[in-house]
Amino acid sequence: MRQKIAPYLLILPGGLWLLCFLVVPLVFMASVSTQEGDVVNGFVQTFHLANFGNALGEYKTQFLRSAGYGLAGTALTILLAYPVAYWIAFKAGARKSTYLLLVLLPFFVSFVLRTVSWKFLLADDGILLQPLKDVGLLPADFHVLQTTVAVIGGLTYNYLPFMVLPIYVALERVDPRVVEAAQDLYATRRDSFLRIVLPLSLPGVFAGVLMTFVPMTADYVNASILGGPANTMIGNIIQTEYLVNNDYPAGAALSFILMAAMLIGIFAYAKALGTENVLEAAAR
Amino acid sequence: MTDIQAGKEAAAPAASDISPVPAIELDGVVKEYHAHGEVVQAVKGVSLSIAEGEFFSMLGPSGCGKTTTMRMIAGFEDPSRGTVRLHGQDVTNVPPNRRDVNMVFQSYALFPHMNVWENVAFGLRRKRVPEAEIKRRVGEMLEIVDLTGRENRRPRQMSGGQQQRVALARALVNNPRALLLDEPLGALDLKLRQAMQMELKRIQREVGITFVYVTHDQNEALTMSDRIAVMNDGLVEQLAGPREIYERPATTFVAGFIGTSNLLSGTAAQVSGGTAVIRVGDGERVLVPVGDRTREGGQVEVTVRPEKIRISHEQPDADVSAVRGVVSEVVYLGTYNSYAVNLASGAEFTVFEQNARDSSITAERGESVWLSWQPQHSYAIGSRTTS
Ligand SMILES: Nc1ncnc2c1ncn2[C@@H]1O[C@H](COP(=O)(O)OP(=O)(O)OP(=O)(O)O)[C@@H](O)[C@H]1O
Ligand SMILES: [Mg+2]
Repeated sequence: MRQKIAPYLLILPGGLWLLCFLVVPLVFMASVSTQEGDVVNGFVQTFHLANFGNALGEYKTQFLRSAGYGLAGTALTILLAYPVAYWIAFKAGARKSTYLLLVLLPFFVSFVLRTVSWKFLLADDGILLQPLKDVGLLPADFHVLQTTVAVIGGLTYNYLPFMVLPIYVALERVDPRVVEAAQDLYATRRDSFLRIVLPLSLPGVFAGVLMTFVPMTADYVNASILGGPANTMIGNIIQTEYLVNNDYPAGAALSFILMAAMLIGIFAYAKALGTENVLEAAAR
Repeated sequence: MTDIQAGKEAAAPAASDISPVPAIELDGVVKEYHAHGEVVQAVKGVSLSIAEGEFFSMLGPSGCGKTTTMRMIAGFEDPSRGTVRLHGQDVTNVPPNRRDVNMVFQSYALFPHMNVWENVAFGLRRKRVPEAEIKRRVGEMLEIVDLTGRENRRPRQMSGGQQQRVALARALVNNPRALLLDEPLGALDLKLRQAMQMELKRIQREVGITFVYVTHDQNEALTMSDRIAVMNDGLVEQLAGPREIYERPATTFVAGFIGTSNLLSGTAAQVSGGTAVIRVGDGERVLVPVGDRTREGGQVEVTVRPEKIRISHEQPDADVSAVRGVVSEVVYLGTYNSYAVNLASGAEFTVFEQNARDSSITAERGESVWLSWQPQHSYAIGSRTTS
């Protein structure tokens, strides 16, 4: 009897926490998303499903833009993170933990502060662009801030560690003997990377994509600090609906659409990638 | 069994007659590791030459440098000093994928994301062998290692023994000129192990490739090898055929490591006609064939195998070695009895007595007995010799 209760006791604290701070607000939000009214006269539950259709119709562009930024940012983080993780896992020798700490170092500074500091770096007359303009390498009206490049750059920078860590963990678990066996069986360095190391590290990339794509797509900090009006993401819209327009039903409806889209996307992604290969390697 | 044994003695020199160029040559090979500012010498200077087609074993206790030596032959480690030659060609700086040897790893090192078939086909694919031929050779190889029908299994869906056979097949299928096997049968049960030993021996004879075989198991080394290098602490203690290793161990280490061995030391009282007489006590003496360098009054270390010793109550004849002792333990072991006997000199001897006719024991615990053996069955060993 005791054995049967023990596992439930273990999930009890976490379960209660999630119940209070995730499930309850979600139910509350679901209810809000179908209400009508305004902040002055109060909102009334009318099961007004049209909120969803309206929200989607009005902000389709921002939804698509967010997905695009998320994809671009994720792709960039993979490109940047993989070599870093590879180097730490296989070449850093005894200093592995030092380099891992360096990767994590940005977390010691608040997310918003780091993004704001990018704003200073990239300012039109900031320390990066002004000297280049002075020597004539860049035209005087050149700017980075308020562009797509700045937002995607910021997203990539902020979420890079979330890609490095899972890839590093996956690479770290690759048995060096297995790589040697491949070389023993006439594989060149390129062969043994493409056929052994890369496939065995894919579960890490898979996890990294989940950990970066989802928060990047829902992000609003980068777009609001580094972007301009043309870079508004869906997170900014939701924020505005809640905090500026006080249109809670619209904000709630948008949030739910975003969540549903993410869930569908994640499942589709897991299904596409969840071939025997990847899952089996992950299970090892 | 017997003719294999007999053939072995001749095999080593014969093999080197066939091909004047040795398959594998190590010349003063040293491997140092730098760990925590300390220098660890895993291999302290090994020179050996393995003939084409030879079944060569490296035997020794854990940590003596067997794997390290093998990894230098395969190309995974660069020797700190010395030269590695394969078929006469200096390969000291050639990467593993361009050495025509294949290795079976101690830990199998199968590709976890590939099934059995893909694992075995890997080497052939890299060598761009035509697909039809790959199909045929992999199929044949899987049949040899008795894994037909398991082509689609992943390594982790297989038992340790099955994985080991996949590892063997994956290396053998490439028909390398030399195969390096690092304890390839370690995970198998006795029956399968013996079957695989026969199989390996058969494959080796048929394909005629050089085998370098690392093992902990002295019986395995003795039954399978043409020659054995007994290693200890990064050095080769003795390099010889199985019979010589067993009958005439070069050092006390070899004598102690191979089989059960009884050791006795004393001063040579009298040396004549290549035989030294070592006086041990009243009526006791050990007769031992010795080399030219042994002189009267010199210290001699003598070994004798437990199965060569006769145990009796009567004093033996004067022309055999004879020592007295007290039985401290008798163990019935099925085909033979094992006695532990404490000698007056303090040494403890083990004696095996065949249960050929009946299983009654000759002496009980606590009884005083005589131990005797023929002079040619004891062997004088020097101190550690390094080859
Ligand atoms: N990478 C390394 N760094 C430092 N020391 C090492 C390294 N590899 C091996 N050694 C040391 O070298 C010695 C020989 O190791 P090796 O693996 O060759 O032994 P072995 O004879 O194969 O033993 P076993 O029978 O247990 O497999 C050991 O003392 C080991 O600790
Ligand atoms: Mg080893």
